[in-house]
Amino acid sequence: MTLSIRIIPCLDVTDGRVVKGVNFTNLIDAGDPVELAALYYAEGADEITFLDISASSAGRETTLDIVRRTAEQTFIPLTVGGGVRSVDDVDRLLRAGADKISINTSAIARPELIAEIADRFGSQVLVLSVDARRARTESGFEVTTHGGREGTDIDALAWVEKACALGVGEILLNSMDADGTRAGYDIGMITAVRAVSKVPLIASGGAGALEDFASALNAGADALLAASVFHFGSYRIRDVKSYLASQNYPVRTVQVL
Amino acid sequence: MIAILDYGSGNLRSAERAFATSGHEVLVTSDARIAKEADGLVVPGVGAFAACMKGLNAIDGASIIKSRRENERPTLGICIGMQILFAAGAEHSHTQPHPGVGVWPGTVTVLSSPLLPHMGWNSVEAPTDSLLFSGISNESFYFVHSYAAKTPVGGYTSATQFHPEKSGDVGLALIKNWSKSL
Repeated sequence: MTLSIRIIPCLDVTDGRVVKGVNFTNLIDAGDPVELAALYYAEGADEITFLDISASSAGRETTLDIVRRTAEQTFIPLTVGGGVRSVDDVDRLLRAGADKISINTSAIARPELIAEIADRFGSQVLVLSVDARRARTESGFEVTTHGGREGTDIDALAWVEKACALGVGEILLNSMDADGTRAGYDIGMITAVRAVSKVPLIASGGAGALEDFASALNAGADALLAASVFHFGSYRIRDVKSYLASQNYPVRTVQVL
Repeated sequence: MIAILDYGSGNLRSAERAFATSGHEVLVTSDARIAKEADGLVVPGVGAFAACMKGLNAIDGASIIKSRRENERPTLGICIGMQILFAAGAEHSHTQPHPGVGVWPGTVTVLSSPLLPHMGWNSVEAPTDSLLFSGISNESFYFVHSYAAKTPVGGYTSATQFHPEKSGDVGLALIKNWSKSL
């Protein structure tokens, strides 16, 4: 048996549209989330991630509807994050069709939430999203909130270790310095987090060239998440998979009609 | 009609949509009579062992599953929905394993791997005469679990550790194979 590396397109969703910016600002429209998810499914995405960046409760209701409609036509795992604050929020999203839930700010505010969700739904349902940047904490990597705009003084490595102990099932590591730049993943950060994480690690932030994906895998990532390169057509998912297969990484291939 | 058992846990809507692609009518239900008499019953799975058993017991799910078995009606367990069919599960238990439905003997135990959960697309080896895998070979399916059963099983109750409803077109083909047998 060989576990394939996973390629995960990420859709940042607000008010029913996919948006993408650089370093979480200057957002531009990138399309309809349900259509994009269906396209990525057909092209061989191994999972899909929605990140709800809506500021309003109306926006969150819209996202719930998007999750429902996406689950009707995509038959791969769907992770949804953004604004999840309670076990009930998780239940609502799972019932709408999500398979995994990612949490970030709410877990920083109240780490016990990790254990509460894991006890009810199992660790495998829970992804801890860590928005980290290079800063003067002990390891040199600091956890941020609000899309990287606010520091927390929490050391990213210590946070990952604590979250693993509390029962998180996966780490989504997003480099706030690299996000949207397409200048490459933060390899040093991936290496450092891999060394302390006991659960699968998804690398995010900065994918640009095909070689960037291989570099992140070499640094220990189990899965690769990217947004800009896919939304704006730099590469198709199959391009990334073909390249990684040529570099002898195990990938899942699908028949593209 | 295929019934998806609603026992308070699991990715019900994902399962509902995936099984609907088989062409059968699909109903998400916790009604014991409907679940006992459906052509096929799916016990879906996202959750922790003890929490799932608690939910299952709340709807008297064990008697539904056992009744179907006695009446030779097909049931398909998925992931934790398969694990709870065994006698016991060690997940999150500090002393004795949690009791399961007990359709099959054995305890569901933690995988031995430095990296858990086992998460992602992996290849599957199935017997050549497998009904579920008819026409499917050399394909990967989506797994997400830290515990596993190690006892071979069979009969009218079938089960997969991976998630066919999340394994793309190949998973839908497996679902179709199962639904054709109903």
